[in-house]
Amino acid sequence: MKTKFRLKPRAEQKVVRFFLYFLTSVAILVLVFILVVILKNGLPQLSLEFLTKNPAHMGKEGGIFSTIVATIYLTFIALLVATPLGVGTAIYLTEYTFEGKVTRIIRFGAECLAGIPSIIFGLFGFILFVTKLKFGWSILSGGLTLAFMVLPTIIRTSEEAIKSVPAAYRLVSYSLGSTRWQTVTRVVLPSAAPGIVTGVILSIGRSIGETAAVIFTAGSALRLPSSIFSSARTMSVHFYILAREGISMSKAYGTAAVLVIAILLINIVTYYLMSKYISRTSPE
Amino acid sequence: MIRPKPNDRLIRLSLLTVALTAITVLAVITIFIFEQGLPVMVKYGLKNFLFGQDWYPSEKSFGLLPMIVGSLLVTLGALLIGVPLGLASAIFLTEFSSRRLSRLLKPVFELLAGIPSVVYGFLGLMFLVPFIRENLGGPGLSVLAASIILGIMILPTIISISIDSIRAVPDSYREGSIALGATKWQTVRMVVLPAARSGLVAGIILGMGRAIGETMAVIMVAGNAADLPASWLAPVRTLTSNIALEMAYASGEHRQALFATGVVLFVIIMILNFLANLAARKQSGR
Amino acid sequence: MKDIAIQVINFSHFYGQQPSLKNINLDIYRGEILGIIGPARSGKSTFLTCLNRLNDLIPGSRVSGKILIDGLDIYQPEVDVAALRRRLGMVFATPVPLPMSIYDNVAFGPRLQGQTDRQKLDRLVEDCLDKAGLWAEVKDRLKTSALKLSGGQQQRLCLARVLALKPEYILLDEPTSGLDPISTMKIEATLRLLKKDYTIILVTNNTKQAARVADRTAFFLMGELIEVDETEIIFTRPSDKRTENYIEGKFG
Repeated sequence: MKTKFRLKPRAEQKVVRFFLYFLTSVAILVLVFILVVILKNGLPQLSLEFLTKNPAHMGKEGGIFSTIVATIYLTFIALLVATPLGVGTAIYLTEYTFEGKVTRIIRFGAECLAGIPSIIFGLFGFILFVTKLKFGWSILSGGLTLAFMVLPTIIRTSEEAIKSVPAAYRLVSYSLGSTRWQTVTRVVLPSAAPGIVTGVILSIGRSIGETAAVIFTAGSALRLPSSIFSSARTMSVHFYILAREGISMSKAYGTAAVLVIAILLINIVTYYLMSKYISRTSPE
Repeated sequence: MIRPKPNDRLIRLSLLTVALTAITVLAVITIFIFEQGLPVMVKYGLKNFLFGQDWYPSEKSFGLLPMIVGSLLVTLGALLIGVPLGLASAIFLTEFSSRRLSRLLKPVFELLAGIPSVVYGFLGLMFLVPFIRENLGGPGLSVLAASIILGIMILPTIISISIDSIRAVPDSYREGSIALGATKWQTVRMVVLPAARSGLVAGIILGMGRAIGETMAVIMVAGNAADLPASWLAPVRTLTSNIALEMAYASGEHRQALFATGVVLFVIIMILNFLANLAARKQSGR
Repeated sequence: MKDIAIQVINFSHFYGQQPSLKNINLDIYRGEILGIIGPARSGKSTFLTCLNRLNDLIPGSRVSGKILIDGLDIYQPEVDVAALRRRLGMVFATPVPLPMSIYDNVAFGPRLQGQTDRQKLDRLVEDCLDKAGLWAEVKDRLKTSALKLSGGQQQRLCLARVLALKPEYILLDEPTSGLDPISTMKIEATLRLLKKDYTIILVTNNTKQAARVADRTAFFLMGELIEVDETEIIFTRPSDKRTENYIEGKFG
């Protein structure tokens, strides 16, 4: 009856192993390809002038200075708002309450928020900040929109970091007569700091790379922003416009290279922090 | 020793307020999107919106069917590419590679997740689109191009969640199976993967959510024609691109129709979130 | 004639519905070392955490009855728990140095109180480390991480950290259970020295330790206080058969 072709288990395993190798290599090659192409075409565009001159003729000429400034402003505002909110939420969830209905609702909110596409955040930011609150297309509108976008990431990473602080530390701290808040600020947060910082750095990466949510809230003015109420164009938005409208592929590559290098640096720093964190919390 | 302590109460209350931000923002987003999008949907009829094939905003014709189909098609395509690659990489990294190799590769995939979506779109535009145009025909800007780019973009999501859920399978299961004389692959196929199934499903659904929600990368490679695509090589417009393409100049009912597009997208995403949650809970409940 | 410092009256403690201490009545005298012995899970550690209300931190923890410390009912809602815990310093079974320097560990309590005067802190840290018998060993590396100390040193550091609170009572929860005999000896010697300034309650799973150190000894079994008396009497002619059995090593 058994006419179906079947490999012997050992042979089958070999085939599978080869196949897995192959597919994993494909995934890695894609990454290598991205990095190589962007850096090969982008690095030659980079110069001090490119980084310190403002764009001219819609970006055809000049550098990307104003977009770098705008990106930094926007990211800074986003994290200035999201970090206290996210860490505060994590502290509440872990230190100030027991699991129950309220924590479930809060977690549900954060999880759903994490799944919402950035374009929806863009619409939301446009209606709330640009229109209703009359901030206009501005760094403030864009920064606040990004803040809510990265909030779930900061909540989750902070919560994990705080949970990994040994319970004995808290017990000791309370037994020495500290209030809850003193325990949080003097024992829990210092121990959880590397994990929290990691989450914040990941959020910086996301803010730098975001386009859809920013373009409808911060606008795309090329001028150097003069205040948080100025409209501004971030690097990602600039890159998108350069590429999509075919303004200048060489400038687009240059901008992409700056973006990718920034992301690379962020990942390296995060990785370094994490490994330091892990080696410190694990015994020996 | 007796002393009132209003501080702790005050701090708890402020932290609770802070902690309610996330759910509040979610509520506000929901309210705004629906407030802006629903009236026009009601006015022109839900059926015309969801099943109308013509999108001519200037003539008040708001048929979203091409975009809904477009979103679903590119997502399906992304899954066809991303799921096998992602699962294979996750299985390889957890079960078949050396510890050192998997420690080396994990940050590589994290880096892949960190690269901005516009960069993916740009590379798709520069390399993938011409490649498809020259070798397979059509304009190159196509369902296929969007699917491939999205497939790559959801890889990190699928890989990291799959790795977590495969790692969560107790080693005793593996040892039991190996002790019974199974090969490693048999163990993986018959013991590990079934035990991790819910987590894997959650990862795939989350990847799906990412694919449906992606905007900029898709705009750059999909061609964006608001018609039902005739083939894998035809251009396509997704729900997200529909919003992003026209938002800059839309006003009045046209703008509301874009929010209505947001409503459809929002509902799809919420359903996916719900399903992923369900799957994830099933895994941790075991 | 004897000065009663702590009065435990009809006191019970529950985890959820499960009683862990049943109707305890006990007087603790000022300036004594009270040893508490009993098998595992007999409620002796729980009893300690009831005295400084650390049990408040455990969900589902509930009490009935009264504990009066210097006449104050500590389970009244208006009691400042932090201040209470400073008066009853506690040393745990496993030494838990906080992840900071030796100096910062000892200065942790005073700093919570707002003490920032560098000179006062320096003096206090030296004084407490000296009392705990650790000063000579660590005086040249106060700024190094406390996690680098040996187990015995860590436990003496924890004791110094408690002394820095200037407590009136010291609660010790099996403080030498993880230590080698020499470290144990050092800690016991320290306790005898501290007796003149503090009231000490020592929970121990080592009956011989109670015999060596305690003035009076209480025997706990399954959440009940079976008896309490002069240590010598408990160990030579206890009035309850169960105490005798436990001390002779017949169970526990």
